[in-house]
Amino acid sequence: MSLLEIKNLQAGIEGKQILKGVDLTVDAGEVHAIMGLNGSGKSTLANVLAGRPRYEVTGGKVTFEGKDLLTMTPEARAREGLFLAMQYPVEIPGVNNIYFLKAALNAIRKHHGEEELDAMEFLQLAREKMKLVGLDDAFMNRGVNEGFSGGEKKRNEIFQMAVLDPKLAILDETDSGLDIDALKIVAHGVNTLKSEKHAVIVITHYQRLLAYLVPDVVHVLHDGRIVKSGGKDLALQLEQKGYGWIEQEVAAAAR
Amino acid sequence: MRTEVDSGTLQRIREQAALHFDQLGMPTPKLEAWKYTNLAPIAKVAWRAGEAPPRPAAPHLLSLSAHAAVELIFVNGRFTERHGKTPEGVRIVRFADAQDDPVFLRHFARYADYREHALTALNTANAEDGAFIEVSPGAAVEGFIHLLFAGSGDEIVSHPRNLIVVGRAAQVSIVETYAGSGRYFTNAVTEIVAGDGSVVDHAKLECESLDAFHIGTVQVHQERSSNVTARSFCVGGALVRNETNVALKGEGASLSLEGLFVLRGTQHADNHTVIDHVLPRCESHELYKGILDESSRGIFDGTIIVRPDAHKTVSRQVNKNLLLSETAIVDSKPTLEIHNDDVKCNHGSTIGQLEEEPLFYLRSRGLGEEEARALLIHAFASEIVDRIRIEPVREQIRRVMLQQMPERLPERGGGTR
Repeated sequence: MSLLEIKNLQAGIEGKQILKGVDLTVDAGEVHAIMGLNGSGKSTLANVLAGRPRYEVTGGKVTFEGKDLLTMTPEARAREGLFLAMQYPVEIPGVNNIYFLKAALNAIRKHHGEEELDAMEFLQLAREKMKLVGLDDAFMNRGVNEGFSGGEKKRNEIFQMAVLDPKLAILDETDSGLDIDALKIVAHGVNTLKSEKHAVIVITHYQRLLAYLVPDVVHVLHDGRIVKSGGKDLALQLEQKGYGWIEQEVAAAAR
Repeated sequence: MRTEVDSGTLQRIREQAALHFDQLGMPTPKLEAWKYTNLAPIAKVAWRAGEAPPRPAAPHLLSLSAHAAVELIFVNGRFTERHGKTPEGVRIVRFADAQDDPVFLRHFARYADYREHALTALNTANAEDGAFIEVSPGAAVEGFIHLLFAGSGDEIVSHPRNLIVVGRAAQVSIVETYAGSGRYFTNAVTEIVAGDGSVVDHAKLECESLDAFHIGTVQVHQERSSNVTARSFCVGGALVRNETNVALKGEGASLSLEGLFVLRGTQHADNHTVIDHVLPRCESHELYKGILDESSRGIFDGTIIVRPDAHKTVSRQVNKNLLLSETAIVDSKPTLEIHNDDVKCNHGSTIGQLEEEPLFYLRSRGLGEEEARALLIHAFASEIVDRIRIEPVREQIRRVMLQQMPERLPERGGGTR
């Protein structure tokens, strides 16, 4: 049984169809990259998988460890082990960063019948993971993403991911707008998570993150479908040649 | 400038106030200042004064005697207990014992308007007890003073009356709590005089019984370079009117006015504020927030007046409301009346529901929907609650708030502290 199986997924937002039949299988231990132009449906795919309200699924099926993912609430998906590092993490003043994350981790642990961590145990874990992404202690007592720079927000996403230890992490353009140092930190954070039990889907425009976070498979999403899949070289090809040749291939196949 | 006063003065004022009340009658929604609130449910009850209360067997639930420098407890408007020691530089006299006090007589009823405001007239004519607090010039009072007004029983009315006179360059923190059980009516007036350069932190926690009526006015008079923070927390009561009126009557005075109302059921709370900028270079910052659930109704009606002489006024007024149900109603009426050009004033108000984005964010990390909602509601309130500097007061107010909030909150809440 695969970790994630997407079959003919169709979805959209506000009546507009964006995903027009996505097929994708991700197994534990794999890193998949999904690339594509703006509007191709990359972020829609990520958000539909995480259960963001307002996205409507109009067809297809998604299973996560064999369970029907699409009927689960967002929190149920998180508790099953799915994590979305968001493209635009929202600021939530007044909700303490570390308190919130402790509550989230304990909700997940409880779901799996594990003991909840007490404050001391959690703090120890949090400190260790913060070091991994280069956040200092001051971040703990701030509001969630409150007043964080763009780079800090992305690092906070990776920090949360490291603490929650999901089976499948989806990074939605986590690399956008990051300088090379922050990019390395993010890649390091994800590489540390990588194991035979974990899988990662990296959604990106650019090849540069993939230099540090090497994918097993690269997919090209075009007009709501995965139109090409290949090895890590495909990302390099896209970087050098752009997407025009893919569009031509798709058009030729349609003739 | 001061008029001569003697003990006959008080009697004359009270008689006048009674006359004014007879002429004015209970306010009705026909008056602009009362357009959102109908006092008919109060007017139709045959109210009586409470009996002299027995000394309560157990300490009051909201007593802060373990933390306050001094605490005075009043039951149904009458003094019953005093805990702690009056701090140095402070004089605390029961209203009932202050009637010949020259300082008391010099200030009593000079600020809260009993000529135009019927409920203030009613209080002025009928007040029996309360606290007169005088802080000597230059005194920096340690800790805080707590006045606790407990209502008890049905059809009982009380008119608590407080006068707080803070001398020049003195500093003091005073907390008033209104709580109780039964269908009683509290009609309270507190006058605060902040002398030149004084620093005054006043908080009022209204958590009356859910069957009770509460009408309260906090009237603040600020002199030169004084710095006042006036906070109002409104949680209890069936029908509530909270007025905070501030006159900035000395150059360079500054005011921070903060309020939070958390309502549910069929509660009705009308929060009415007036900030009167009379002299130049004064600053006022006002932030009121409302959280409304079920079929409650909340009102923020805030007016800022900038008089012709009040040049270089800086004033900012914000009201934000969170509606948690489709049947809750909030009216927000921020008003600026500016009578000169040399000012910096702005105001704004928002009414909204819990936002989808933060809710999804929290849930996407594994928090249940209820817990996520509770965290966000608590965060909304925390912007006001976290500003309370005195920790035991802050935690008491947080606890009272949380009890009133719809969703059960996880242990320790989620404040940024």
